[in-house]
Amino acid sequence: MWKWLHPYAKAEVAYQLCYKLLPYFSWLSVITLAVGSVWGLAFAPADYQQGDSFRIIYFHVPTAILSMGAYTSMAICALIGMVWQIRNAELAVYAIAPVGAVYTFLALVTGAIWGKPMWGAWWVWDARLTSELILLFLYLGVIALYNAFEDRRTGARAASILAIVGVINVPIIHYSVEWWNTLHQGATITKFAKPSISTDMLWPLLLTIAGFMFVLAALTCLRLANQIILNDARRPWVKALVERELSSVSMSKASK
Amino acid sequence: MSKHPPQQESHSNIQLSYSSAFKSIVKREFSLAWQKPAQIIQPVVFFLIVVTLFPLGISPSPKTLQLIGPGVIWIAALLSIMLSVEGLFRQDFHEGHIEAWLLSTVPMPLIIIAKLLSAWVISCGMLIVFSPLLAMLMNIAPEVIPALMLSLLIGTPILLFIGAIGNALTVSLNQGGVLLSLIVLPLYIPVLIFATAMLEAASVNMSYVGQMSVLLSLLLLSFVMAPLAIGAALKNTVN
Repeated sequence: MWKWLHPYAKAEVAYQLCYKLLPYFSWLSVITLAVGSVWGLAFAPADYQQGDSFRIIYFHVPTAILSMGAYTSMAICALIGMVWQIRNAELAVYAIAPVGAVYTFLALVTGAIWGKPMWGAWWVWDARLTSELILLFLYLGVIALYNAFEDRRTGARAASILAIVGVINVPIIHYSVEWWNTLHQGATITKFAKPSISTDMLWPLLLTIAGFMFVLAALTCLRLANQIILNDARRPWVKALVERELSSVSMSKASK
Repeated sequence: MSKHPPQQESHSNIQLSYSSAFKSIVKREFSLAWQKPAQIIQPVVFFLIVVTLFPLGISPSPKTLQLIGPGVIWIAALLSIMLSVEGLFRQDFHEGHIEAWLLSTVPMPLIIIAKLLSAWVISCGMLIVFSPLLAMLMNIAPEVIPALMLSLLIGTPILLFIGAIGNALTVSLNQGGVLLSLIVLPLYIPVLIFATAMLEAASVNMSYVGQMSVLLSLLLLSFVMAPLAIGAALKNTVN
């Protein structure tokens, strides 16, 4: 597997891989999100207790799950970058971070919109809400640290160290906050027993989760490709790439 | 016979033993602190002032103070450590000591532990000594005071270790102060929760061994992990 992976440490190969994967991820995300949200918002049955307002879970649950998933994958990239000194992995940390931060923010906002009619307040100091808010702060710390340095490589490494320190702390924060206060309903699908959600509601939810996952993957590919090309702007392969692009543009103009 | 000793001596200087390296760093830290007593006094004064603001800002009624007291004292200690940690590696960075540490035969985590332990005695020792006074100002029951001091004794080194990671990451920046707090404060939350939970249990005369054990385990975890992270972060700033 190592033989198969190590070419991607090279900037040019990783850049091409990103652009190869980007259309697949984009189209898959469009399809799954469209089907999932139409199914979930229009056709899934209403909840017997919460009525139609439960339907926000089709956006809330995916963003909440992936806000944590994105943090974990960011930390894995950071660890790979630190251990094997692979620069592309360090760049991937910063490619994921803002997307993850936006997901965390969306999870908080959709949760607040749902909480107003259900709990009677936009915000309550409940364990899950609080740890999600802290997760947002952790993301902002990584982004701010990356941007604070003049030298991009130093900033990327510092942000990687912080991401690793943060991921060790995430479970500690989660359980400490949980112990401190709990009001949020328990996990619905991520438990080992049979899911406590009707299958009519579950399928669209799984589709939107997949959709948000593909959005995350697509945005990460796009951002990573941009980071790589920005970092290597003065390398010959970027120059060759730009020349090829320009010549293909002028060719298509000439053919018209 | 008298021809060889000088050479041997210089050889033993290069192969500095770990314990003597540890001792010399601790000695250096204490003599530096002794030359600049502000480093010891200012965190304590800050601690006192922050706690004083709460009765003025919220309510001076004894009942309210008793309710918020432990949390207020802990938040004040947390902020005070965060401020004192800001200058932890600054001088070492500007004077080139970090390069010297990296080049020496002594492992980096050992140097960092020596530095952090002496920094803890210098900047947090007085906080623990003054905490009973603040407990009286905040109308906290006398029975809770031992638990308060114990929680600070276990909790402040964790805060210092985590804060040192933040300082090591931002030491090469000119204005790292706000960034340091953005990085470090979220990581402080578990310590704050378990410490105040311990005091809450103590104030209703319940056993607080459970909360204390969690704090102790956090201390051990940070003691093992933080020097590695600080070493990596310091190495990153100098190359």
